[in-house]
Amino acid sequence: MLEGFSFPVLSAIIFIPIVAGVVLLFIDGKQRDLVRGVAITAAVAVLALSFAVYLAYNNQVSTLMAAQEAALAAGGESVGTEMFVAGLAFREQIGWFDSLGITYHVAVDGLNAPMVLLTGMVTVAGVLISWRIQDRIREFMAFFMLLVAGVYGVFLAVDLFLLFFFYELAIFPMYLLIAGWGWIKLREYAAMKLTIYILVGSVIALVGVIAMVLVADNFYQAEGAAIFEAAKSSGVLAANTPTFNFDMISLTLAAEHGAFDVMNYAGIDGLTFAKLWFPFIFLGFAVLAGVFPFHNWSPDGHVAAPTAVSMIHAGVLMKLGAFAALRVGVQLMPEGAQTHLPWIVLLTTINVVYGAFIAFRQRDFKYVIGFSSVSHMGLVAMGFATMNVTGMTGAGLQMFSHGAMTALFFGCVGMVYDRAHTRDIPSLGGMIKQMPWVGFAFIIGGLTSMGMPGFSGFIAEYPIFMGLFAASDITLTIGTWQLANYYPVIAIISVLGIVITAAYVLRVSGQVFFGEFNAEKYPEVTDITVTDRIILLLLGAPLLIIGFYPAVMAPMVEAGVRPVIALLGGSF
Amino acid sequence: MPTTTMPSFDFLTHLAVVVPEVGLMVLALIVLLIDLRWKGEQRRGIGVVAGLGLLTIAVTPFIWPPTDPNALYWGGMVRHDVLAQIFKVTVILAGAFSCLIAVDTTEMGRKGEFYLIVIVSTLGATLMSAAADLIMVFVALETLSIPLYILASFSRKDKRSSEAGVKYFLFGSFASAIMLYGFSLLFGLTSETNLYAIAAYMGSEAFSANAPAVLFTMVMIVVGFAFKISAAPFHFWTPDVYEGAPTPVTAFVSVASKAASMALLMRFFTAVFPPGLAVGSVEVHSFWINLMAWGAVLSMTLGNVVALWQKNFKRMLAYSSIAQAGYALIGVAALQAGTAQSVASVAFYMFMYVFTNLLAFGVVARFGEIAGGDDIKDLAGLSRRNPMMALAITIGLLSLAGIPPAAGFIGKFFLFNAAVEAGLTWLAIVGVLNAIVALFYYLVVIKIIYVDRSPNDHEEIAMPAATGWALGISSVVVLLLGTVGAQAIYDWALASAATLL
Repeated sequence: MLEGFSFPVLSAIIFIPIVAGVVLLFIDGKQRDLVRGVAITAAVAVLALSFAVYLAYNNQVSTLMAAQEAALAAGGESVGTEMFVAGLAFREQIGWFDSLGITYHVAVDGLNAPMVLLTGMVTVAGVLISWRIQDRIREFMAFFMLLVAGVYGVFLAVDLFLLFFFYELAIFPMYLLIAGWGWIKLREYAAMKLTIYILVGSVIALVGVIAMVLVADNFYQAEGAAIFEAAKSSGVLAANTPTFNFDMISLTLAAEHGAFDVMNYAGIDGLTFAKLWFPFIFLGFAVLAGVFPFHNWSPDGHVAAPTAVSMIHAGVLMKLGAFAALRVGVQLMPEGAQTHLPWIVLLTTINVVYGAFIAFRQRDFKYVIGFSSVSHMGLVAMGFATMNVTGMTGAGLQMFSHGAMTALFFGCVGMVYDRAHTRDIPSLGGMIKQMPWVGFAFIIGGLTSMGMPGFSGFIAEYPIFMGLFAASDITLTIGTWQLANYYPVIAIISVLGIVITAAYVLRVSGQVFFGEFNAEKYPEVTDITVTDRIILLLLGAPLLIIGFYPAVMAPMVEAGVRPVIALLGGSF
Repeated sequence: MPTTTMPSFDFLTHLAVVVPEVGLMVLALIVLLIDLRWKGEQRRGIGVVAGLGLLTIAVTPFIWPPTDPNALYWGGMVRHDVLAQIFKVTVILAGAFSCLIAVDTTEMGRKGEFYLIVIVSTLGATLMSAAADLIMVFVALETLSIPLYILASFSRKDKRSSEAGVKYFLFGSFASAIMLYGFSLLFGLTSETNLYAIAAYMGSEAFSANAPAVLFTMVMIVVGFAFKISAAPFHFWTPDVYEGAPTPVTAFVSVASKAASMALLMRFFTAVFPPGLAVGSVEVHSFWINLMAWGAVLSMTLGNVVALWQKNFKRMLAYSSIAQAGYALIGVAALQAGTAQSVASVAFYMFMYVFTNLLAFGVVARFGEIAGGDDIKDLAGLSRRNPMMALAITIGLLSLAGIPPAAGFIGKFFLFNAAVEAGLTWLAIVGVLNAIVALFYYLVVIKIIYVDRSPNDHEEIAMPAATGWALGISSVVVLLLGTVGAQAIYDWALASAATLL
């Protein structure tokens, strides 16, 4: 059992932004300093708590990993579920809708702890970069805080209803932030497009989850009754859990015992629940992770959004999609994953290569970063598709690495745009002379993006490619047609994406930051402020720290993906 | 199956059943009296008396709670079960809040007859929630509807209002007539008027009518109900009436009449055409379930798609209410499996819908009073003219759209959950896709309120006390129902389902 704190720290992390958001709505909008003060206090408090949670969890990872290895060696019917439960720390479970088995249940494990830290970092950075917003800063900060609360809620939820609750909760402030404060030419179109894309995916997943809960309920009431009782008496499940419940632990248990793999689901020969619903649930969430061909909202959304929202959107929200796809899709329907991920991996290949190509072709500075997110998030989903511990660990690390990196990128773009009032790459130039910090930060982000050793991108992407080679035994079967041994080929093709990434990063940094600076054209371009420097440090430092010393994160992520691997029937 | 016991007549027991109705009658008389006595500024108090009186009466169903859910009272006319209780409270609250938001309008604020008519209409709605006999059903329905026709045309200076009244009257009487025809056929087939006796007779060996006759009767009655809840394709009156009628009236029509009709719809069809009832070789139960499911699909899709194009806010809300009726019908269709979740989800949905819709209409009533327009674009800059009003309508719209933490999210979740449990996954998917279409137009309104600017940005809108309280309480209730309070109401709704099934 992992140790927690003596107070409900996760609830504090979720509710501090909510309280701050509500307080902000009630204070006088003309008192800008008070507004900023409340927002930054809440953001720093949340970051501090997130960091504390991260450190506390990280300290226990080696114990946890040893226990996981022992558990896997010992084996057992429910070993995957038990490992998942053993990995959860800081658990809080309070009854909510007892009649539907819905509880307020939050916890941290190796997968979401880095995400919690990332959200804290981007929150502080987002508040700081919006420091000088003049137009209705009160509403901006209030909606931003609500968005952050929603994001935290999704990462921390162990109850699926709670997960959806926060997922949908995040949508509305995000829409208003983009539609209200975004780039005037595109904002209404992009905000609505983004909202609808994300919502279509998530509500279909919601129906799938209700159906899943129902299947688990039937399973627990019939052949799974003994398993359910055993889990309750051993403490894996809370003693008063009804068979109809939305708890992820209970659903994982049902999944492990094959509740979703029963043949002839819905009376169709050869179909199981997992096989039918996996694509809908996985891709439903993966829409938010920008998986091809559902990535179309992402560049427009990122470009139209105000800088702080681009940062949190590309930095954190896209991970929300990937994370939920892993948690709800792969973890709860391992058999579905084995059936469908072998073709979904082809989509992610398109993401990686095509996204990079399109990024290379852009003239608009912000679109380059927008499409680079599509490309990098493809690697995350590709890591999931390897279904082995190396590739998935890489994907987990990539989520953090890309989050910090892309937030840093958007921060840099915002700082340049605020001063130069254009994002047209060819007409910019020599910016590093005026704002050396931004130039330097962009180059660090760029090197991370191309996966240079010494930066976190390398630590994340290398295992993904290793995982692809290790997964060469996966075969894609469609009818009688079979494709074998193709994962290594995908790795080789995807490396092309990295090459193109290098090309566009070098091109952009060359054209924007080096060359001649035109002082007449850009009279307002001066060096950045202290708050801006804090942002760059906050987001840039982790890229280097993880790059040089991966042990601060890699073991934790590995501990987080191990239960999923165990559920998939793999070993580590 | 509920049994039909007819206890010996004990006046006090029977009186306890109709305490809310008696209370409403008394309140109506009080309003009539003070309307005669009070003059000048005092007359503002009439609406407050009516509103607070209704709020007080809303408590009575808890003081005299249902004792024997299967018993019939007043010669078999009404039942006294939890379903009646929850819907009585719902409609009385709807009446109360409609009165409170009417207090400060120039058109009706000081007219005693307005409140009198609202109270009488509420009386019809409470009776409908409990009715167990064809005679009672029809009388209650007309007691609800006829005052509404008058209310719709209440604003005498406004041509649109008169048009709304006439349209509502013509369509309404037509629908009532069709329904009455259905009732007469039902009586002709069974020679019973009590709903439970009809069911018992149709299930017995003695019943010899052929299936087409029964199905024809059923369709007639469904048409009548569909009109009342404004479900497509019998929705044509809705946009004109909603737009033309004075806003507090629209608020009342949209919630009270819909909620009472939903209660009656569920009671009527589960009682008269229960599961397993086969006439000849035709499964009557699945026939009406299918009608409900397709009604749901049609209402949701039509309501939401047409709402996208509306420029007038009240008209948009009218189409939205057609769509909301469709969502609620998902829960009715979920009666297919006879699960408690189906009835419970509908009851919960209607309960939260009262507060949600009153938020939207309450703000529009106040806004229209000041700004003189109810086009969507007129709402631009509301967040700067009155932040609290903007927040209230935002909560209402989020709830209609089904976005947490407003109650609409959980309400819809319960409905979809009931549908999936009843094996109607396809219906749930149609529902969630519709929710996305709907989100589009609700979000656009929220955006206009918070983001767009108008030339009148700096003219503050004052919020009078009565409307302010009504909106404030409704906002808090909607948020509570969406979070911590949902459990209590849902359990109540589950209990109501138990008395029906």
